[in-house]
Amino acid sequence: MANKPLPDDYYQRLEEIQKIDFTLVELNLYLDTHPQDLEAIKQYNTFTKKAKELRQMFEERYGPMIHFGHSYSTHPWAWIESPWPWQV
Amino acid sequence: MDTSFRKSFEPFISRFDPCKPIPVKYYETPPQLYLGFQPEGLEQFSPAEALKHGTLWPALYAPYSNPYRHDGK
Amino acid sequence: MWLYEKKLQYPVRVSVCNPRLAKFLIEQYGGADGELSAALRYLNQRYTIPDKVIGLLTDIGTEEFAHLEMIATMVYKLTKDATPEEMKQAGLGDHYANHDGALFYHDAAGNNWTASYIQAKGDPIADLYEDIAAEEKARATYQWLINMSDDPFLNESLSFLREREIVHSQRFREAVELIKDSNTGKKIF
Repeated sequence: MANKPLPDDYYQRLEEIQKIDFTLVELNLYLDTHPQDLEAIKQYNTFTKKAKELRQMFEERYGPMIHFGHSYSTHPWAWIESPWPWQV
Repeated sequence: MDTSFRKSFEPFISRFDPCKPIPVKYYETPPQLYLGFQPEGLEQFSPAEALKHGTLWPALYAPYSNPYRHDGK
Repeated sequence: MWLYEKKLQYPVRVSVCNPRLAKFLIEQYGGADGELSAALRYLNQRYTIPDKVIGLLTDIGTEEFAHLEMIATMVYKLTKDATPEEMKQAGLGDHYANHDGALFYHDAAGNNWTASYIQAKGDPIADLYEDIAAEEKARATYQWLINMSDDPFLNESLSFLREREIVHSQRFREAVELIKDSNTGKKIF
């Protein structure tokens, strides 16, 4: 996969994940100082579910996003395949 | 209290200053200086807008551009 | 422990090969108020901070590593395939002599990163006030970088990182309020 350009679909799906994950980062930091805000916790849980779904669809097409048992692998071992985030 | 995010001052200009004077100097006073402990239920950006703005909350959003350039870049 | 995720926090784009900008951006990689300093500062202070704000220091410290990776990506893209001659012209001859195109933890003036950039005083107020100051200094650095950059795509990433400093500063300010007074956590300062 080293020198094959990535399709637009890769960038679009990745950005969808980045959007949801960023919202989760923001809610997480907010909840760190507002642990009683039930509405924000519900929102956090809803976005967490959404993020898992998007990540699963991305991984089926472009391989594992997370190592150490948090993503499944095809054969051969898919984790070590390019591209890495700073290369795309 | 002036809660705008950009302030300015006018430093003394000597007639012996060698460089062309910048008559007005600017500095930033962004929203975290005024918000206090963030209240619950503040308005939020959509996830797409949040990523673009760098925050989920419009109340914490304070864009920056070079104050000494007037073409908006 | 930590997990690595094969994605940047924000989609970094760079318009043109411009090693000179990379020389300035490296300030936020290995400089005093850069992302490495930030990550190491918070993740080290958290062992002795009151329990109710350990989560915040852990999370912001972790996010700083994502920002470090964004800066690395910008530097990598700005210098990738630059010839030695181009590196020299960009004022990166000193860097090239020691590192070729490799990244290294130093500031824009070439000073190596040092632990004396950061502190862990063990006093919660002293530590959190340092953290707030660090966020404001990093915000200022991003402003000066934006002032020098004429790459519109790069400025989007730099603006994103600058805004993150604002949010982190806000949360650290709230953390101070939380440890100042131990009850509900809802207070105006």
